[in-house]
Amino acid sequence: MQRIGVFVCHCGTNIAGTVDVKAVAEALKTEPGVVFSTDYQYMCSQAGQDIIKNAIAEHKLTGIVVCSCSPRMHETTFRKTAAAAGLNPYMVEIANIREQCSWVHKEMEVGTEKAIILGKAAVAKVNLNTPLIPGESPVTKRALVIGGGIAGIQTALDIADAGFPVDIVETKPTIGGKMAQLDKTFPTLDCAACILTPKMVDVAQNEKIRIFSYSEVTEVKGFVGSFDVTIKRRARYVKEDVCTGCGLCTEKCPQKKVPNEFNLGMDNRRAIYIPFAQAVPKVATIDPNYCTMLKTGKCGVCSKVCTVGAIDYKAQDEYVQEKYGAIVVATGFNPISMEKFDEYAYAQSKDVITSLEFERLTNAAGPTQGKLLRPSDGEHPHTIVFVQCVGSRCESCAEKGKEYCSKICCMYTAKHAMLTRDKYPDTDVYVFYIDVRTPGKNFDEFYRRAVEEYGVHYIKGMVGKVSPEGKKLKVQASDLIAGKQLHIDADLVVLAAAIEPDKSARPLATMLTASMDTNDFFTEAHPKLRPVESPTAGVFLSGACQGPKDIPETVSQAGAAASKVIGLLCKDKLTGNPCVAHSNEWMCNGCSTCEKVCPYGAITYIDKEFRMPDRTTKVRRVASVNEAVCQGCGACTVACMSGAMDLKGFLNKQIMAEVDAICK
Amino acid sequence: MQNKTERQKEQILRMSGVNPLKCMRCGKCSGTCPSYDEMEYHPHQFVYMVETGDIEPLLKSESIYKCLSCFACVDRCPRGVEPAKLVEAVRILAIREKGGNHMTANDIPALSDADADLPQQALVSAMRKYSK
Amino acid sequence: MQVNGYKPLIVAFCCNWCSYAGADLAGNNRLNYPADVKIIRVPCSCRVNPMFILRAFQRGADGVIICGCHPGDCHYTSGNYYTRRRMALLFSMLDYLGIEKERTRVEWVSAAEGAKFAATMNDFVETVAALGENKRLEDLRCKK
Repeated sequence: MQRIGVFVCHCGTNIAGTVDVKAVAEALKTEPGVVFSTDYQYMCSQAGQDIIKNAIAEHKLTGIVVCSCSPRMHETTFRKTAAAAGLNPYMVEIANIREQCSWVHKEMEVGTEKAIILGKAAVAKVNLNTPLIPGESPVTKRALVIGGGIAGIQTALDIADAGFPVDIVETKPTIGGKMAQLDKTFPTLDCAACILTPKMVDVAQNEKIRIFSYSEVTEVKGFVGSFDVTIKRRARYVKEDVCTGCGLCTEKCPQKKVPNEFNLGMDNRRAIYIPFAQAVPKVATIDPNYCTMLKTGKCGVCSKVCTVGAIDYKAQDEYVQEKYGAIVVATGFNPISMEKFDEYAYAQSKDVITSLEFERLTNAAGPTQGKLLRPSDGEHPHTIVFVQCVGSRCESCAEKGKEYCSKICCMYTAKHAMLTRDKYPDTDVYVFYIDVRTPGKNFDEFYRRAVEEYGVHYIKGMVGKVSPEGKKLKVQASDLIAGKQLHIDADLVVLAAAIEPDKSARPLATMLTASMDTNDFFTEAHPKLRPVESPTAGVFLSGACQGPKDIPETVSQAGAAASKVIGLLCKDKLTGNPCVAHSNEWMCNGCSTCEKVCPYGAITYIDKEFRMPDRTTKVRRVASVNEAVCQGCGACTVACMSGAMDLKGFLNKQIMAEVDAICK
Repeated sequence: MQNKTERQKEQILRMSGVNPLKCMRCGKCSGTCPSYDEMEYHPHQFVYMVETGDIEPLLKSESIYKCLSCFACVDRCPRGVEPAKLVEAVRILAIREKGGNHMTANDIPALSDADADLPQQALVSAMRKYSK
Repeated sequence: MQVNGYKPLIVAFCCNWCSYAGADLAGNNRLNYPADVKIIRVPCSCRVNPMFILRAFQRGADGVIICGCHPGDCHYTSGNYYTRRRMALLFSMLDYLGIEKERTRVEWVSAAEGAKFAATMNDFVETVAALGENKRLEDLRCKK
């Protein structure tokens, strides 16, 4: 028989406000096995924990029930308390009387009644608890970073700095991500390339970092400390280790009409290409959709001009398998498609562009060598209209927009407007906004400078319609403060498109069994206290895959994710979860059902010798669970027909006892 | 008086099915409105005035007959507020408050032929009212 | 909650990773739902043995709801798919035994869906309360 202590927490008034904690402690005193019951202001405080420790010693307790907040919050705390007092930590059960009782019910009577029932269920469970000892698993001291934008780059550099090897997997032919496409960065107006490319070079030169560019993750198995990852290296038809990046092939390639995705289709590149001059790795890639040689077998110019013989038309996709201890997701974002926003005429006019296209137009390495020219006729625009929140904060148009605020648009629009006025003082710049949201260090000052020093016209109100008329774009908008409807003849309209997580994120989340929110952003383990960890152990989040972020925030989050990874990789062994499946070999009939349902392949069948009651020996085929691999989902326990399989910590009889206690 | 306004507001909200609290005051409805300059109160003001219960001026304003019911504001509102439906509801309320001038569906064809001065809005309104 | 003056007894099995966290979020956001719902934490919805549900009905539960991660989001990759199949079978058997289909439910609630959790529970309790007391699977031996 267990000797159980019950500890009811007030949590200030969080629990005591709607639950009569004294009555709960009193009611649970008479439950079977309970020898001690008390209540206290804050059980999780040092004084509260001391009460538990003293009670364990004084009353020789063998089991603990804490009626408090969610076990997701403080189960670990109380397990440590029990362990410190010499009790097996798995003899602790939590009755969740805060999140699932006092906070959701309003009446004292109802709350108290439910709290008592939840307490009884926990007592019933502890009565059947047995001490559990966790196993240990080794840690592979190598990290994987998925995504090679500024988030991935910073994370990889920081992890490598601590001495651990890192692999970056990037789907594009080069790392750099969105930041490589930007012109300047707010609020200091540093040139993006000037601060990003040195980091890219650091990555390339760091001995601890390997770059798998033009590659993607296709399979993830295993668990924290030892993930088995399969990486598909797409054929680039150029030998990466041989190519010197001289660029001769990209000049001679006869296929000149390939839309250049790096410049968002505003100019053309060749079928063999290097995305931009500072690409890392600086290796050419053949685009199989356009290469004449790959499509028809007739051309071969690039292989003729290549002086080092790097071209290989017969290259195939390769698969690399590698073991990692930790995985960082840094898949980033994309602007949403503007095609569906008919009112802004994006699909009708070349002179309606997105902000990212504007970045390329003003970038010295862009299609216009940094001269701000209209895409339609190459003329200098004199009136530019910026429209904010296009697709952001858009609740009613789920099929084309996003409900959330994209966060970065206010600042980059202020930057665009300011830079335009700075370079071309003869242009009129209008910014139509709903709200200007510029929290952040030196951010609001930056926006005010655009208005006060650079004379950008900020107008509160949205643009209702853009219609191309001749060479002009007729912009119809409301000025809410003046109470007027404005009609502006613009030369260029720039749409601040909402951003969304990269499309590769959803399948990746499924592979990693990491959770996502309804917008496909990765969910963090705790919105405030664990912002860079995914709820799945060993998976960390960096950058805009977790939510819209600007560069300073991304870099700080990348560093935070790296420090978490380093903390994990520093350990030699990880303590496992002892709540794993266990088979009663005497009951197992060797049917193999559990082996088939196990998602981790943790169950194998072995032939084992048994001594029978009549003193003969008999070899029987029975299930055996690999405790290091088992994650404790319990799928096998339900599938088992003979009832031999059970889950430690969540035994059949324990859950049954909880059901009984609730349904009494 | 307070009660009357409350009742009118509730009636308008029920008739239109619009929740004005969803409005984030972006002004896209007024930006897109083709008869903006004709109207004394603009679509975004309609939403705001109904929300604050300032309904009397709306009932008296000609703006409710200037709305073309083109539904551009409904189509483009990022929050799904549907200002045109509010205008329609205010219009119906104005007609009802006058009392006793309900039409039957049969009257409409005759009216449209005979009386060229009849605002087209009234016809659209009548159509919507009787075709459901 | 009381419909026709009847307070039902509801047992909810919530998976630790999504639905239990969703229930916690409902608490964090102070979203009310009836106290008739009592939650049992299981590692994964696939840990819910049909025996537990039968036992609950046997001991006088009026409704049983199982909440898991959304399909494809299971922490254990595929557990909720097992749940979906098992419960489809079990519920149709229970229906055959005379326990109305409305008394049993499988719902997917993610860790971010506190509001959905509360709404689901409100709806389920209302549905079950409208059906009244469940008499079908009472174990008469328990009544002694």
